[in-house]
Amino acid sequence: MIKMNGIRKLYATGKVAVEALKGLDLELKGGEFVSIVGPSGSGKSTLMNIVGCLDTPSEGEFFLDGERVDQFNGNQLAEVRNKKIGFVFQNFNLLPYATAYENVELPMIFAGAPQKERKETVTRLLTRVGLGDRMDHKPTELSGGEMQRVAIARALANSPKLILADEPTGNLDSHSGAEIMGIFEELWKSGTTILMITHDPNIAKRTKRTIMIKDGVIVTSLNGNGNGSSSHE
Amino acid sequence: MINSLLFVRLFWRDLRANKKRMTLTLIAVLWGTLSIVLLLAFAEGLKAQFAENSKGLGEGILIIWGGQTTIPYEGLGKGRRIRFYPEDLQEIQRQIPEVEKVGADYFNWGTSISYGKKTISGRTNGLFPSFETMRAHYPMPGGRFINDLDMSKRRRVAFLGDRMATDLFGVEDPIGKVITIDNMPFTVIGVQVKKQQMGSYSGPDNNKVSIPATTHSAIWGNLRYNNLVIKPRDVNQAEFVKSRIYEVVGKRQKFDPKDKAALSIWDVIEGQKMMDKIMLGLQVFFGVMGFFSLSIAGVGVANIMYAAIKERTVEIGVKMALGAKKRQIMGQFILEAVLICGIGGLFGILVAQGVCGFFERVDLNNEALTWLGKPTISMTIGLVTVTILAFIGLVAGFFPARRAASVNPVESLRYE
Ligand SMILES: Nc1ncnc2c1ncn2[C@@H]1O[C@H](COP(=O)(O)OP(=O)(O)OP(=O)(O)O)[C@@H](O)[C@H]1O
Ligand SMILES: [Mg+2]
Repeated sequence: MIKMNGIRKLYATGKVAVEALKGLDLELKGGEFVSIVGPSGSGKSTLMNIVGCLDTPSEGEFFLDGERVDQFNGNQLAEVRNKKIGFVFQNFNLLPYATAYENVELPMIFAGAPQKERKETVTRLLTRVGLGDRMDHKPTELSGGEMQRVAIARALANSPKLILADEPTGNLDSHSGAEIMGIFEELWKSGTTILMITHDPNIAKRTKRTIMIKDGVIVTSLNGNGNGSSSHE
Repeated sequence: MINSLLFVRLFWRDLRANKKRMTLTLIAVLWGTLSIVLLLAFAEGLKAQFAENSKGLGEGILIIWGGQTTIPYEGLGKGRRIRFYPEDLQEIQRQIPEVEKVGADYFNWGTSISYGKKTISGRTNGLFPSFETMRAHYPMPGGRFINDLDMSKRRRVAFLGDRMATDLFGVEDPIGKVITIDNMPFTVIGVQVKKQQMGSYSGPDNNKVSIPATTHSAIWGNLRYNNLVIKPRDVNQAEFVKSRIYEVVGKRQKFDPKDKAALSIWDVIEGQKMMDKIMLGLQVFFGVMGFFSLSIAGVGVANIMYAAIKERTVEIGVKMALGAKKRQIMGQFILEAVLICGIGGLFGILVAQGVCGFFERVDLNNEALTWLGKPTISMTIGLVTVTILAFIGLVAGFFPARRAASVNPVESLRYE
């Protein structure tokens, strides 16, 4: 699914250049459920943005789903984001004026999906995350956990192969966070590849592999110890 | 665009969120549109009124007076006066097939015209039946103009200009009544319809008495016409007809056909063509002025779009993360700018229509309006305005949209 070789990312702001990623290698197979941990400023989000095709590496090779995406142009990257990747953000990033339904519909609109298909898919996805009866609600009328569930439904709208989540439980209480993790586990079981950044060791424990980043390189990659099915706390 | 509905909803939200700014922008567009439409509508009304007024003299005609020769010809010296005789008219008609109609005027300025106790000193013209169409001497219903039989029988019939008719008869119906001209009885056969007449020679047509040319020359004994009136079959042949007239009349009266001063021709056709050009120029000028005033509104629209983009960078970043392509991001903002222009423009056109409607109800007898005409919004004006609005909307949306599309999603989504 993902293969990265010698990825470097330089931010040249003003006089000083920050090297956020310093020759990073990463491989992720289809169907994996992986967490990324590491201290603040270690380059987790930078890596996530590159994996998510929101940003391009300064150096190195990046294959996504067999395609060399580090050389793609803007519209090709947009296409990849639209079709192959689903983003889940820490602060949800729902459009405030649009209903839950419309938020989930948006990626499908960008993909040019017909109205009928959109209706069917949006309804199915919102029902799946337990919001079948809240489709016409605006984000302000939803709790944090509910907003994040809408965001997950939105990430799934175009049936992507890869879900990227940057601290998806970071703004949630532990109960809602656990619910979200439950949804991710279900998704993983149904075959979706998930890459998730987290600060919370308990959350990381529930994934099948944990990658530790420090100063822009991967320091350890631990395989899960089979406790992925641990019960809710 | 399949997704425009959501964008329209988004636009509404923006409209409500920034009421004041949006209202001001809409008013600017409304004002710009109003000025462009009204300027064009006034030009249109002016043009129509000019066309109407110039019809009063007659359309597509040449009016010809005799002049003075400046070139010696066949042993005759220069400085000879040229005058027109009935034979000249006959020869023109016979030898120039490109001429459709001919006619001529006799004038008598100081006739005393009476009906009952009322006497007016005024003009009595002898003229041809062809003047009815050629020189717009149309009769009001119930009457008729001088015809060929009146001519050949030298009948004592009179056709009155409408002012002359009111001056003589007041509210009474003049048709069939007998008036006297220099104490000779004439039967009134018709009264001319009211007309606006922009050009005239020897006075307007509405305050004269017209009688058959033959009757006129029999009574007052003049042989020479005051002037000829010639209508070419095709306005585009006017130049050719003019040169042929010089040849035909020159041959008969022995002057050099190249001696332009021998005749003096008022080319009404050329005048009307010129006026059309002036009017077109005026409309283009007004259109350009309107365009500039609308452009200022366009700057306002672009401004409000830039502000909207600044407020919505996170939203733009989210859309990019969800896979919106450059043109999809741009499309939203361009659509929004076009919508602002569309709504403002629609109200502008409605207000302009209201203004024109007001003029429509004003009495045309108002002295100024008879020359200015009534502002009219034609189909062309509508199309021109909509095109300009669309163009300005597109331009005012394009540059902000380009900025929106260049938003860096990573920057805009960085969680602070
Ligand atoms: N746009 C940018 N311009 C300059 N420097 C940047 C930019 N984005 C990130 N950096 C720097 O790159 C480094 C890695 O940042 P990154 O956001 O990837 O860290 P992170 O691991 O996600 O941290 P956190 O856990 O706090 O979210 C940091 O030193 C950061 O200051
Ligand atoms: Mg981060």
